[in-house]
Amino acid sequence: MSAPIAPIAPAERDRLLALYRTMLLVRHAETALARLFADGEVPGFIHLSIGQEAIAAGVASALGPADTLATTHRGHGHVLARGLALAPFFKEVMGRAGGICGGRGGSMHVADTSLGILGANGIVGAGIPIALGSAMAQSVLGTDGLAVVFFGDGAMAEGVLHETLNMAALWKSPLLLVCENNGWSEFSPTARQFAARLEGLAAAFGIAHERVDGNDALEVADAAARAVAAIRGDGGPRVLECMTHRVRGHFEGDPQKYRSADELDPGAKGDPLDRARAALAAAGMPPTTLDAAAQAVAAQIEAAIAAARADAAPAWEPALADVYAAVHTAEAR
Amino acid sequence: MNAVAQATPPAVEMKTMAAVAMALRDAMADDPRVVVMGEDIGAPGGSFRATRGLLDEFGPRRVIDTPISEASIVSAAVGAALSGLRPVVEIMFMDFVTLAMDALVNQAAKARFMFGGQCSVPMVLRTPHGGGLNAGPQHSQCLEVWLAHVPGLKVVCAATPGDAYALLRAAIRDPDPVVFVEHKGLYGAKGLVDRTAVDAIGKARIVRAGRDATVVTYGATVAASLEAARQLAGEGVEVEVIDLRSLQPWDRATVLGSLARTHRAVVVHEAVQAFGVGAEIAATLADEGFDDLDAPVVRVGAPFMPVPFAKSLEQGYNVGAAGIVAALRRTLE
Repeated sequence: MSAPIAPIAPAERDRLLALYRTMLLVRHAETALARLFADGEVPGFIHLSIGQEAIAAGVASALGPADTLATTHRGHGHVLARGLALAPFFKEVMGRAGGICGGRGGSMHVADTSLGILGANGIVGAGIPIALGSAMAQSVLGTDGLAVVFFGDGAMAEGVLHETLNMAALWKSPLLLVCENNGWSEFSPTARQFAARLEGLAAAFGIAHERVDGNDALEVADAAARAVAAIRGDGGPRVLECMTHRVRGHFEGDPQKYRSADELDPGAKGDPLDRARAALAAAGMPPTTLDAAAQAVAAQIEAAIAAARADAAPAWEPALADVYAAVHTAEAR
Repeated sequence: MNAVAQATPPAVEMKTMAAVAMALRDAMADDPRVVVMGEDIGAPGGSFRATRGLLDEFGPRRVIDTPISEASIVSAAVGAALSGLRPVVEIMFMDFVTLAMDALVNQAAKARFMFGGQCSVPMVLRTPHGGGLNAGPQHSQCLEVWLAHVPGLKVVCAATPGDAYALLRAAIRDPDPVVFVEHKGLYGAKGLVDRTAVDAIGKARIVRAGRDATVVTYGATVAASLEAARQLAGEGVEVEVIDLRSLQPWDRATVLGSLARTHRAVVVHEAVQAFGVGAEIAATLADEGFDDLDAPVVRVGAPFMPVPFAKSLEQGYNVGAAGIVAALRRTLE
């Protein structure tokens, strides 16, 4: 591990412990998913955010109950950090009837509108203008909420990002754009995909941009809290760019022949959980407390997986009924 | 009906563009969640003046002039609809929906289903289709069948000012995403509008009763079909003309019921014939209506070519009464 352990004040210790618990939840959930996927218990494709948990935990810690969230195909961490319950999450990703989306969507479409989660999304960048519309709704309806969208650096080349930055700036939309910059646009280095830099793009539209170490949970949480406060203050958008490292492949099962051994090193930027644990230990947190936190999370995850395994497969008729909210002619198809 | 008779305001004659504007205005007055958004819809009142007056009455928070960013405008409408608004987004020419296909096809159409019915997407996309204005290959197309092919979307097409009003009100009330197709050539057409009419999406209307053959059509070719029916009436042939009004869902009961009386059918639309709405209807009649058919179902649509510009070329391209009469004669042979 190369990154230094920043000393933290005692008052910060409980805050970091809370972030650490959230990161543990995401890490254990995704580690379990990797195993379940390899064992054939998770159908389809999954994209893991292992190594990027500090961003999910840090940003979620800055949000309020009215805020809405749109995310990406690599969105497990964001929805879990936002509070999506574990059993409906695992049931969804494992294709069960009791999934949060009834087994209609799977990993790439987990959503919980009761928590303001407008969905993970299978289309790169698609959540960005959806979040803009959600921010617009917050403004029109006069709520004090904002919308946050997570996107990867692969989405920087998508036109909807450029369009959304323009409209968010024109309309002073309460929109927090969080870029998880892991250096990879699917199977290609982003340096070969995008000629600009996000801070330059944000500056072109007059939008404040802040870059942080995305593997430092406290740094992310502090920057997210500043951005959220600024958005609630003046209503305008902010860009938060979190530099991180993609530990796994683009998708589970990706052989990653396009990455060098050095680049594949999971500790290249310092594992965010290891860093938080070391900082907590340095601040006097007893190892037994940290171990107990990990054990508690592991037990929750195993219970959720057991519940998912025991759950039924989705039935056909209710799925068909979800295509439309209302169809006025009985014979329509 | 309420036994205490309210004085029913008489139907008023107006042009289609005024009926659209009045429907938007009345919907906005009735429901503060309704907002309109699109390019030049504010002070300019829209390319076809369908939003004239709305900015003055409702202000810029609910009458949102957008940049020329179709992809993000429509995606923002999805996000707004997921967050409590009922947005009505205008796309200036139907040809430009190509730029917003992700928003329509992957987001609006699927959110309800892929999130397991947690939410619906109560948005309307209004857009004018159709030729006759020598607007050329990129400003004249009828692309509605693309959208009728997507589960989760509804597609409505009004042929009269009265239907433009009543169906647009129904579309805005509808919990599902509705593509509301207007015809550029019909904006100046006059007709009676009853502001108290309550309509439902999915019901066709028999606009002319007849015993000898059925024409199934929608949009601008309703008038051409009525003209064809008048011409054949002079020969003692009585043609029934059905205005579908909604393509998805489409009113199979009314169409199959008419076929059971006339035993002959012609399907007419301005859109390209190949792989069109007519193909779906003809296939349904050939299957479910097989025992009622006394002749093959004949289709009338545009030739398989882009909409041409020059007057002489576009006249040759357009579906008119003569072609419909010829098709009816084939089926009556």
